Amino acid sequence: MAFGTFALIVMVVGYAGGACLSLLARSQRSARMLTALGAVVGCVGGLAAAVSVFATRVPVEAVLPNLVSAAGGVVIRVDLLGAFFLALVAAVSLPAAIYGTTYMAEYEDRCSMRVFGLMFNAFLLGMSLVPCAANIFTFVLAWELMAVSSYFLVMTESENADTRQAGLWYAAMTHLGLVLLLPMFFLMAGGSEATSFADLRTGAATLTAGTRNVVFLLALAAFGSKAGIVPLHVWLPRAHPAAPSHVSALMSGVMIKLGIYGLVRVMFDLMPSGPAWWGGLLLAVGSVSALLGVLYALVEHDLKRLLAYHSVENIGIILIGLGAGSILHGVGLRALATIGFAGALFHTLNHACFKGLLFLGAGSVVQQTHTRNMEEMGGLIKRMPHTALCFLVGSVAIAALPPLNGFASEWLIFQSLLAGTYISRPEIAVGFPIAVGMLALTSGLAAACFVKAFGISFLAMPRSDHAAHARECHWSMRAMMMVLAGSCVVLGLAAPLVIRGMNPIIDSVPGLSAGEPLPRSPQLWLMVPNGSAQVSPLLMAVLLGAIALAVLLAIHAGGLRVRRADTWGCGRISQTPRMEYTASAFAEPLRRVFAEVYQPTQDLSISVHPESRYFIQSITYTSHVVPWFEKAFYDPVTGGARALATQIRRLQAGSLHLYLLYVVAALVAALAFAWWSK
Amino acid sequence: MSRYVALFVQPLVALALAPALVGFIRWLKARLQGRRGAPVWQPYFEIRKLFGKEAVVSHTASWLFRATPFIVFGTSVIVASLVPLVIVPAAPLVVGDVFAAVYLLLLGTFFLALAGLDTGSPFGGMGASREMTVVALTEPTVALAIVALALSAGSTNFSQIVARTIAEPAAALGPGHLLAFAALFVVTLAETGRLPVDNPSTHLELTMIHEAMVLEYSGPYLALIEWGAALKLLIFLALAANLFMPWGIAFSLSPVALMIGLVSVIVKLGALAVAIAVLETRVAKLRLFRVPELLSASFVLALLAVMSTFLVR
Repeated sequence: MAFGTFALIVMVVGYAGGACLSLLARSQRSARMLTALGAVVGCVGGLAAAVSVFATRVPVEAVLPNLVSAAGGVVIRVDLLGAFFLALVAAVSLPAAIYGTTYMAEYEDRCSMRVFGLMFNAFLLGMSLVPCAANIFTFVLAWELMAVSSYFLVMTESENADTRQAGLWYAAMTHLGLVLLLPMFFLMAGGSEATSFADLRTGAATLTAGTRNVVFLLALAAFGSKAGIVPLHVWLPRAHPAAPSHVSALMSGVMIKLGIYGLVRVMFDLMPSGPAWWGGLLLAVGSVSALLGVLYALVEHDLKRLLAYHSVENIGIILIGLGAGSILHGVGLRALATIGFAGALFHTLNHACFKGLLFLGAGSVVQQTHTRNMEEMGGLIKRMPHTALCFLVGSVAIAALPPLNGFASEWLIFQSLLAGTYISRPEIAVGFPIAVGMLALTSGLAAACFVKAFGISFLAMPRSDHAAHARECHWSMRAMMMVLAGSCVVLGLAAPLVIRGMNPIIDSVPGLSAGEPLPRSPQLWLMVPNGSAQVSPLLMAVLLGAIALAVLLAIHAGGLRVRRADTWGCGRISQTPRMEYTASAFAEPLRRVFAEVYQPTQDLSISVHPESRYFIQSITYTSHVVPWFEKAFYDPVTGGARALATQIRRLQAGSLHLYLLYVVAALVAALAFAWWSK
Repeated sequence: MSRYVALFVQPLVALALAPALVGFIRWLKARLQGRRGAPVWQPYFEIRKLFGKEAVVSHTASWLFRATPFIVFGTSVIVASLVPLVIVPAAPLVVGDVFAAVYLLLLGTFFLALAGLDTGSPFGGMGASREMTVVALTEPTVALAIVALALSAGSTNFSQIVARTIAEPAAALGPGHLLAFAALFVVTLAETGRLPVDNPSTHLELTMIHEAMVLEYSGPYLALIEWGAALKLLIFLALAANLFMPWGIAFSLSPVALMIGLVSVIVKLGALAVAIAVLETRVAKLRLFRVPELLSASFVLALLAVMSTFLVR
């Protein structure tokens, strides 16, 4: 047996074993341990399988034709693209699973660890199998396993009304995705018996242009609803905060990336070389998602919801890269197109790392402060120094600041957009500068948002008793955060090597490949293939460190005297947390600037003294931002569904006679149909 | 080897010139307003004095507050090493392109804003919030101005942009370049905290942006931040000067070329400094919520720059 196949078996056995063993565990505590044990074995197996594919460049295949043979059997084939996403799943799941071992301890008296363990391992199994699947049946099976199990994970705290509502949204949007996914595969199969991806790939060449366009739109909507593109992202800011934090990390960091995987698989592998407007649509959807995602994140004060909105933003950035690459590929600038594709895939990996890290950090904070509201945190950098440092690394990375990984991938995506200027057809090329502007605004706002997220949550004085008494979380949780923080740093500094390693993946996919050997970039430099720009994150980091160290030494050599004193406060006697800037106040200027987008509702009520209206007794000010497109798109749909359900309920009047009438009517109708069809 | 020397010497030259630039603008403003004004080299005295003083750090502040000045100073110095100033830094010795420069400066601002929040002072928070608002809104303009330059040069490397403009002087006077220059000049005012966006000489709470953010700093830390801010001003002005009017900049390491490069950059910086001093004497500070209008106007300029470059191509 080949090593890759063996590793895959270890992966499946690990997850399945973890699921079964934790279900049968004797105590809640042992269920927790067995959950993690199974997950760790599974992740190691998955990583090993992915590494073997990378090392040998030979896909790992496994076919079980007799398992549900009517649907074509289970067909597994891990090619380079699949291996990349499999590695991504396993690499983030591993720290998340270990983190969860101690994190879930506080849930022990509230929910069953056995069911949780079953669902957690089933979730990981589903996510790991999606990139391995090589026929429709296997893909949909893995896709649904992932969707259903994650639904139960979201519902972990189902005693909470918000969680139940989040679960409902999640279930509805996930099934919308499935409803779109099935006709997409149906159209691709084109009425033939073929169900394997290899057959679809050959069959797709014979489809008419119209069918291909419909397939593409269905794929964009189906996979986009999983990835969280605007306006199909509505479940994301609801479901991700509701789940336990390490599950949020997996959903936000990994699961939504499988939407990207599905899109890449269908659009660039099964049905390559589409018309230019496909890429244009990706670019437009990506730009809008990125900008709206970050704008709603800015006014969000629930730390986990803020992070969830940033996932919408980052999915948008990934789509910008894919769209730019796709357009460039279409007009024949294939070497430049690889910049966009490499940037998008690299950003997929990077986002998995820093979003996983940030959610784990948020989990530790929420565990200690017992709130997700940033206004009740503060001062945690002193009480939870390691968590704070990890969260800071994640914040710098997600704000795309050098020299970390977010910068490297966003730089590549920017360069792919600039390469659009080489397109000789102005009507296509003109979209690129607009996307540059939107992406730049997005990254500026992301920086502002993470100044808020980190500054309000971790800096200054504690804003609540819980925050004042917070303590550093368990060492195993911190260790896992540090692993992810370290990977953000390493992926940033070694970005040129990562891109070099990614070239074979891009070459292996027909719609991504340049079709010609790319110039080998130097080891220290990220480079555009035509040599028009370059950047070296490692040199930046070294220079920054050297300059800072030199200045530090110079200042200390000059005898630095530091005195600790109170913060200056215009003569006030003591400083309290209520004097600090709040998250709402921090975001207020930008909220005013973008008031047209937010359309906030404001409610100000002032109660005055009965004697004189000049003596104010209390002021209450509330302001809400409800995304308007939710009202515009979803209220009619949910309202319509509810109205329809009310109408249908009339049938069920509770009268026995009426029900007998239904039976007779149905019988008569059936007989009439039988007679007529004869 | 001499190439390396030049690249290490250039940021030192920039560091040496930066306080004089700030001092010159202050002196000229005072003259224009009918005051005698402090001498041009006053900022040097201030920095030297600050380095000798003790630093007062709030009880509330964390390690981040003390690390920030080094990051701000360090990022400014790195950017000074890669922008065209006296000589055009060429591959493979510069650490990055225009985007790298913009994001390095953003890294400094990011930490400065965090440090503003770190002390728990409402002024710090106010400054941080406003600074991040202004910076976020300037990003698209900067990016589009870069696109306009990159469109004609086919590159985001400083050296290629400069080389292209020198090779085709007509392009430098084309509408694309002029509009991009105007956009970048507005951005320069916003990013470096000049009027009409921010008033560098105010200490009135409600109008401060940058000064509010660094209010808690003192001693050597303040010196680093002030010096870094002066360097940032010099970098932005040098970019505005040398990306759009690169004539005189040194391409070789011959002493004559370097001398011409140094003199020409000083002259260009002086001209832009005069423009800023006159502007700051003539205009009043905008209300904070009018600033986005100015910035969106600059964004439109940059967009027009890109579009006209497309058209004339």
